[in-house]
Amino acid sequence: MSSHYEAPIREPLVLGDKSYHDITVDIAKPIEGKANKNWYIAFTISLIAFSWGIGCILYTIGTGIGVWGLNKNIGWAWDITNFVWWVGIGHAGTLISAVLLLFRQRWRMAINRSAEAMTIFAVFQAGLFPIIHMGRPWNAYWVLPIPNQFGSLWVNFNSPLLWDVFAISTYLSVSLVFWWTGLLPDFAMLRDRAIKPFQKKIYALLSFGWSGRAKDWQRFEEVSLVLAGLATPLVLSVHTIVSMDFATSINPGWHSTIFPPYFVAGAIFSGFAMVQTLLGVMRKVTNLENYITRLHVEYMNMVIMLTGGIVAVAYASEFFIAWYTGSPYENFTYMSVGAATGAYGWAFWSLILFNIAIPQLLWIKKIRVSFIGSFLISIAINIGMWFERFDIIAIVLSKGHLPSTWTRFEPTFVDVGVFIGTIGFFGVLFLLYARTFPVIAQAEVKSILKVSGENYKKLRDGSHE
Amino acid sequence: MTYNRCIGTRYCANNCPYRVRRFNWFKYNENSEFDFNMNDDYGKMVLNPDVAVRSRGVMEKCSFCIQGTQQVILNAKKEGRKVAAGEFNNATACSSACATGALVFGDVNEEKDPIVALKEDKRAYRLLEAIGTDNNVVYQVKVRNTEEA
Repeated sequence: MSSHYEAPIREPLVLGDKSYHDITVDIAKPIEGKANKNWYIAFTISLIAFSWGIGCILYTIGTGIGVWGLNKNIGWAWDITNFVWWVGIGHAGTLISAVLLLFRQRWRMAINRSAEAMTIFAVFQAGLFPIIHMGRPWNAYWVLPIPNQFGSLWVNFNSPLLWDVFAISTYLSVSLVFWWTGLLPDFAMLRDRAIKPFQKKIYALLSFGWSGRAKDWQRFEEVSLVLAGLATPLVLSVHTIVSMDFATSINPGWHSTIFPPYFVAGAIFSGFAMVQTLLGVMRKVTNLENYITRLHVEYMNMVIMLTGGIVAVAYASEFFIAWYTGSPYENFTYMSVGAATGAYGWAFWSLILFNIAIPQLLWIKKIRVSFIGSFLISIAINIGMWFERFDIIAIVLSKGHLPSTWTRFEPTFVDVGVFIGTIGFFGVLFLLYARTFPVIAQAEVKSILKVSGENYKKLRDGSHE
Repeated sequence: MTYNRCIGTRYCANNCPYRVRRFNWFKYNENSEFDFNMNDDYGKMVLNPDVAVRSRGVMEKCSFCIQGTQQVILNAKKEGRKVAAGEFNNATACSSACATGALVFGDVNEEKDPIVALKEDKRAYRLLEAIGTDNNVVYQVKVRNTEEA
């Protein structure tokens, strides 16, 4: 499906003097070799954070939501902030693998596997929060339309919280199938290289009996295209529906018609930032510098600049409308003069700084192609996008219609512990993935080696260099 | 509120413009951490036996004493008559306890109920009327002497 010629002025996507076999060896190395000390350190830290999170979750479920810092006026805070933050992070994977596949962007091939893994692991974390934030999580299955004999118990199709259940479960299942389909030839590669019978058995199971025949490849291409077509609308629908948790409500600041496109842009913005963060670490740790190049980093930064720009325009529009309505209620929404100068001014300005100001540095080409610069900016965006959701939820709820209900939210150690726990859980999953899964779609990268490999380009365009 | 069906997402409380909803953050019933002298059999005698004990993790709000209004309807039905005008005023705990008539409860669909005149009165207003919640609680503005200071 891809053309066989690439202009000489385009930078190559695979660096170094690589043959097909070199790619196989490079991708299989982290799986077949032993983990280094850094991996064990990172894994231990993640595991401790994860265990701490499990403790906090069990404490919450055992004692009650009262162990969080919520009160009668602020019914959501870190719980739903974390939920939306993780769902947003889980947006880049499908965009990279599905939308960029349809647009035939070859640079996706080096990053799609890990971006999708990140998506799936992030959606796991996101899915935890709606369950544990319930007062009675043991009844969580009531959100599913299961025929039952409990009398008049049935889901409320008018509620956006129910739409969330469908949107996120659909997204998770389609992403998982899409990810696994792409993994089949790579698992088969590991199976064929495995020496230990146990490993061979496991990878044989995971590769679903991939044989490498032409028919396998043809079906593989077809199903990838079909799944990309199915997954593309999901990129837009999931965060649209998450935004409707707020947009269909009646709180000033939540009840906003621009939320769906604005949230989708914000999700892609934060998702790409997280991919940038993770790959910045991974390319170093697993020695994949030849596959995840400065060109990949720059392309991702361009997506970040575009979606970040959309988010900035949305903020400006929200700020303007809050003032333009002349409504005193609108003056206390998360994007308003009231928020900028009020008790949550620090959260407001953190959002502006991390999400709008710092990413503007990417206009400078030197920073855009720099690994360390992109890594630091991606961390800032991760923080900024967390503040965006916190501001939307906590600032809006802290200043309701009646001044008698104005209050503040103070997190407890449990709020913090649960959040840190999900970061640890995410780390545990990702680190295990990096040791057992082919972290780059090697079969796909091989398909572009002769078109966009540095050595092959030199051979072809030698006279231009 | 249907307590039995509530899973406690607190979405309703977040959207309540009046913030009148209250959440059961903990298990308050028979919990030594929350001893309001109602953990023993004597203390429990002050509790209304007609009201369900709300479990941990459910939302609640004033139900206008649904058990009391239901009682009025059932009594009238048993006696083969219609509910008399003003009869509901004794159904809710707050209005039945109020001796001065500052709190009145009634059926706005029953023309002869005293509540109708109070609701139609020019002093009547509702809190946050502009947001169109069409709420059931009607206040009356304070009467002030604006003629002389």
